[in-house]
Amino acid sequence: MNIIKNRYLYFLISLLVIVPGIVFMALHWASTKEGPLALGIDFKGGSLLEIQFAGTRPSISDVQTVYNQFSTAAQPLNDPVIQPLGTDSFSIRSKQMDDATKGKLVAEMESKFGSKVTVLNFTSVSASIGAEVTNAAGGAILAAALAILLYIWYAFREVEHPIRYGTAAIIAMLHDVFVVLGVEAMLGYFLGWEADALFLTAVLTVIGFSVHDTIVVFDRIRENANIYRRVEYEKMVNHSIVQTLDRSINTQLTVMFTLFALALFGGDTIRHFVIILLVGIFSGTYSSIFNASPILVVWENKEWKNWFKRKESATA
Amino acid sequence: MNRSRNNWLIVMIVVLVAFSLWVDLSKNITIQNPLNNTTLVNRNTDIRLGLDLRGGLQTLLQADVANCASVKAADLETTRTILQNRANALGVSEITMQTAGNCRIVAEFPGISNPEEVVAALQQTALLEFIDAGDTPLTIGTKVQTDYGQASTTTQPTVTPAAATATPSATATSTASPTPAPTVYHTVMTGAALSTVGVQVGSKPGTYQISFTLKPNSTQLFADYTSSHIGKILAIVLDKSVISSPSIQSAITGGDGSITGSFTSAEANSLAVQLRYGSLPVPVKVVESQTVGATLGEDSVRKSLTAGAIGLAVVILFMAFYYRLPGVIADLALVTYALVSFMLFKMIPITLSLPGIAGFILSIGMAVDANVLIFERLKEELRAGRTLSQAIELGWSRAWPSIRDSNSSTLITCLILYVFGNSFGASMVKGFSINLALGVVVSLFTAIIVTRTYLHLVLDNLKLGEHPRWFGL
Repeated sequence: MNIIKNRYLYFLISLLVIVPGIVFMALHWASTKEGPLALGIDFKGGSLLEIQFAGTRPSISDVQTVYNQFSTAAQPLNDPVIQPLGTDSFSIRSKQMDDATKGKLVAEMESKFGSKVTVLNFTSVSASIGAEVTNAAGGAILAAALAILLYIWYAFREVEHPIRYGTAAIIAMLHDVFVVLGVEAMLGYFLGWEADALFLTAVLTVIGFSVHDTIVVFDRIRENANIYRRVEYEKMVNHSIVQTLDRSINTQLTVMFTLFALALFGGDTIRHFVIILLVGIFSGTYSSIFNASPILVVWENKEWKNWFKRKESATA
Repeated sequence: MNRSRNNWLIVMIVVLVAFSLWVDLSKNITIQNPLNNTTLVNRNTDIRLGLDLRGGLQTLLQADVANCASVKAADLETTRTILQNRANALGVSEITMQTAGNCRIVAEFPGISNPEEVVAALQQTALLEFIDAGDTPLTIGTKVQTDYGQASTTTQPTVTPAAATATPSATATSTASPTPAPTVYHTVMTGAALSTVGVQVGSKPGTYQISFTLKPNSTQLFADYTSSHIGKILAIVLDKSVISSPSIQSAITGGDGSITGSFTSAEANSLAVQLRYGSLPVPVKVVESQTVGATLGEDSVRKSLTAGAIGLAVVILFMAFYYRLPGVIADLALVTYALVSFMLFKMIPITLSLPGIAGFILSIGMAVDANVLIFERLKEELRAGRTLSQAIELGWSRAWPSIRDSNSSTLITCLILYVFGNSFGASMVKGFSINLALGVVVSLFTAIIVTRTYLHLVLDNLKLGEHPRWFGL
């Protein structure tokens, strides 16, 4: 099996997923001006109220009326986004409201609609903390990337060009982050999903898994580099990928099994989280086989010189 | 591997598994000393569920100041203690309150039904005042009006200690009360003037009194006031409600004084706490609050447990079919892993939240990965013509660098997640990282020690070495 030979095909497949994702992110940014992804209240600030009606569920416009009633200049609640949840519940997003207002609002609904109202979930986040969390999340991802780069550099210090391994692992990791962000942007467009704190956790998990997976392949290259000193670098890398292929696929399968079980039976609360993890873990295995090691070969051969030549001849 | 060492490891593992099973199945652990029947250990080992799973209120409070860096860690800690006291006074059980980062406090109230009241009680900025009540003692609980901060409608109601210390000197001259109907009492000083507060045994047996020391800049003011008002009532008011109404027995000139009365020990202590912590050193506001209904929580627990069980079952079947005998042994190691991790969750204890469970399930995948790495190596060595015993040892030693490096990188990510989650009060992220890290550490132990010991045990005793097909070759 020769994976290295077709490396540009595999890079192209990656781009076919990443580029549409970036287009969706750019479109979202251009249309809303708030960033590449539809952000949930964890990042943006606001309130999410999930309520269940014991009796008949009122219409969306009736609920809207109650919100309007409690809207003040200091706490504008007049444009809530109300979505039905199951057959007897609503999920309502609005600007931030405090607990006292929520109490009054629920009491008003109970008396107005003559039905017991159960609060399933109420989250309220102020805008300032949301912005701070967004910045810190970016910081956490950068910090993780840097720490991992340094670790790999250290772990591969006995191989020639250890920094290449660290860099290739980070590129593969960024590949997975972009795949996940792109898929989130598309799902956000089609299904109205919003990125929340759990989404951030999923992204960070994908980072961990992606590097975990890449290191296993690199470890084999590290070992083989000493055994097959006379063999061409390209062949040696390919041999290493093939040797670890069973392990890469089997590990991915076992993680996928548990994640599929969670997606199917784990309930609505974590489904979004689990689906993002599934996409990210799949991408993590793909990138460690088809991107990370081929990048080492591209680097070893300094192939970018050829890209330049090809371009030159094409334009000439 | 040395056979006696293997036997020794087997004993260790059996003891560990037995202990884990015992902890996993019991809700409370008690160990009695057989000699004198005293209790040596008494620990509640019921699994702790996070708010998202059992329902309740979580709030993130933040110092209401312009610059977070200006908040002193000690002041924030005192604020936390006061808030905890206030919350305890509401009769809510199992509250946890932790400071997070420079200026935040995470408060969790499991299973409450009145989040609005709790939040309101936390946010009040308690104001402690000593007021001049003239000759008549005030009944405890009476609502009074005071002249502190003049008309509270025109000025900011939030009071900071810095502003409070300046007030007494400014109002020292006001004596008459020109206001008609509702009496406006004169505030002699506020809680900010107190330096230390303690409880002492009173002169009558069984009674207690409260002793206090004033801050240096308030001593003179208090000395002047008490010398000219002997015999008068100096009522103590918390948030405009009278909590005690003692009379001035003698002039207090040295800055030390005591409040006598027929207090019981509990009353004296609670009054001392209120005097000590009357006003928050750092004013706080609610920046994030989440209430999860109990029904949603129960539903989530049931569903994620089902999902976890199904996922584990599929992984176990896959391992057994693909890796045959070693797969079955890895499955046994996986069960050991689950038992030990669950025991650690209960013993440490770690609060299980939804992301925490997800982190744990993900770590099952990582636990399997270590075994897969080893078995793939084992197969390779067997194909290369090594004897089974050699292959096992080589499989482990060659797989080790990749297991070490890959898990190290996961642990690094966990650490960064933990720091991030901790400083922002994002307990979800924190829970996830703790569980994943714990899972990685336990999985290393099971893959390196438990699987190998089990495999040796089977091979040494059953002589299966001649059946390569059992190894999926």
